[in-house]
Amino acid sequence: MTIAVRPDEIGEPSPARLKEYHLMLRAFRRDPLAVVSLVMIIVFILGAIFAPVLTPYPEQGRGEPNILEKFQPPSRVHLLGTDYLGRDVLARILFGARSSLSIGFLVVFIAVAIGIPLGAIAGYYGGLIDDIIMRTTDMFLAFPPLLLAIAIAAALGANFTNAMIAIAFTWWPWYARLVRAQTLSLRKLYFIEAARSIGVSDFTIIIRHILPNVLTPVLVQATMDIGGAILTGAAISFIGLGVQPPAPDWGKMISTGRIYFIERPWFAGSAGAAIFLVTLAFNLLGDAIRDVVDPRTRRAA
Amino acid sequence: MYRLEYIIRRLIMAIAVLISVSIVTFFIARVVPSDPAAAWVGSHPTEEQVAQARETLGLDRPLYEQYFRYMQGVLHGDLGKSVKTHQPISTDLKTFFPATLELVLVSMLIAIVFGIPLGVFSGAGKGSLLDHTTRLLAIAGVSIPTFWLGLILQLIFFGRLGFLPLNGRISTEIALYDPISQMTGFYLIDSAITGNWVAFKDALLHIILPAFTLATYPLGLTIRMTRSTMIEVLNEKYILAARVAGISERAILFILALKNAIIPTITVLGLSFVYSLTGAILVEVVFSWPGLGTYVTNAVLSIDFPVIVSVTLLVTVFYVFINLFLDLAQAMIDPRVTL
Repeated sequence: MTIAVRPDEIGEPSPARLKEYHLMLRAFRRDPLAVVSLVMIIVFILGAIFAPVLTPYPEQGRGEPNILEKFQPPSRVHLLGTDYLGRDVLARILFGARSSLSIGFLVVFIAVAIGIPLGAIAGYYGGLIDDIIMRTTDMFLAFPPLLLAIAIAAALGANFTNAMIAIAFTWWPWYARLVRAQTLSLRKLYFIEAARSIGVSDFTIIIRHILPNVLTPVLVQATMDIGGAILTGAAISFIGLGVQPPAPDWGKMISTGRIYFIERPWFAGSAGAAIFLVTLAFNLLGDAIRDVVDPRTRRAA
Repeated sequence: MYRLEYIIRRLIMAIAVLISVSIVTFFIARVVPSDPAAAWVGSHPTEEQVAQARETLGLDRPLYEQYFRYMQGVLHGDLGKSVKTHQPISTDLKTFFPATLELVLVSMLIAIVFGIPLGVFSGAGKGSLLDHTTRLLAIAGVSIPTFWLGLILQLIFFGRLGFLPLNGRISTEIALYDPISQMTGFYLIDSAITGNWVAFKDALLHIILPAFTLATYPLGLTIRMTRSTMIEVLNEKYILAARVAGISERAILFILALKNAIIPTITVLGLSFVYSLTGAILVEVVFSWPGLGTYVTNAVLSIDFPVIVSVTLLVTVFYVFINLFLDLAQAMIDPRVTL
């Protein structure tokens, strides 16, 4: 009996797989919503990085009050108006993008960094280790995520790092589960068994052969989660945990602008629009990437 | 036989989860904050006061003993006292929880009434303009910060149009002159039972904006789920047979197809119910709705840990039970379900 082994089962990039990537890229470019959302994300990232150069009021963006010009409606001098301390709202939005985007990326990064190794170990070894890790994820998933994040952030104290840790704490179990499921199905494939039979160590197998193969689903999930993490981060600082004033932050801008909203909606309104646009862009991008990666939903190229 | 085994295993799992949840919340409440005794006494405590508070709160005992005493209280419905007001938390919860539950249930009703028909039409007309619009709305619904949407709705319906109240659960005048007699704690039900229609109308007007705000997320999910299962079901042969038999399109969509498409939607509704319980926190803050969310955010601002932890525990227990119920219900319907 001969066993047909496809090149990618050995874990090396094959011509077939390269062609696959090429097809994905083409499908992605054909989706206008995906391209628009990618552009939008890049614009926000560049805005955050170059905030001090882009605004004429960098010191106001960082939090310095400018009380003489408070509550100015949008005008040529202040494109999005000024807030209750007279600070330029556009400058606050640009600087606030730094904390919102970094909380989105860092939360997902931490969750992935905890989830991948735990999931891979649980799926690869099975048995008691698997049970312990999976029951721990069950426990964390039993909590409503937002509430657990609020409780942890409150317990650790209100600042940016603690808010980030608190949210990541509620997020990693999903990655552990995802990676475990992928590892379980990979473990049965011939190339893993072959590697084991010629004496490759478990560590090397996990790093060299399992991880590269679980990265695609993790990447898709991560893109979809960044939007959710940004939204949760904004919610946490809206409640009063997370970034503390005078540091710029979108969620905080809404909570301080809330009481003036009926008369002067521009500053809380702009911050909310920023959160909405970024989250929407990441969700649309995640959807598009999932469609492209999953051949069942990919439109005929 | 197999099904019974599944149910028993699932129940044991739920109990194990509840125990670990109680340990985690206990840990957050008693171990993480710097000094609960100092918080209890208030600002500028003397050393004696703190020592006395430590004794009253049982903080001088070993940790495992503290945990068992805490659990003993919880099982008897005693969640401790608020550090800020020194009020029993369980009494506070009795007034705040029904307010949140009423808000969540009304928003679920909105999600069902609007979400299922939109999902059905969008699935039936796959690729149509309505389909594209509802898909975009659905994804916008899960991306929008509810605390911002709430503000915008206030601006439009209170600030500009002026026909809905800004916030709160009932007008002050109504609360004074036509008070609602407290029975279930649900204003809409209590006022309807006692025939207090003035108060009923007022409570209804107050709940519209927060309920619609809270409904965006479950609405988006319901539309997406109904749409995708409808597309699947409409490809089945029995639908074709019904068309050939000349059954009206409306009967096919809403009776024959929906009957099979609704099962996954019910699961999604159950999940978004528990999601809304915590989503309500943000909406309540915007609308000054006197529920769990307002209670817990005030506790966050005054660093009142027993309150934060009790609300977390209460909602989590709810969460665990609903998930358990959903899993069991699904096991009843679908014999292929396994752990």
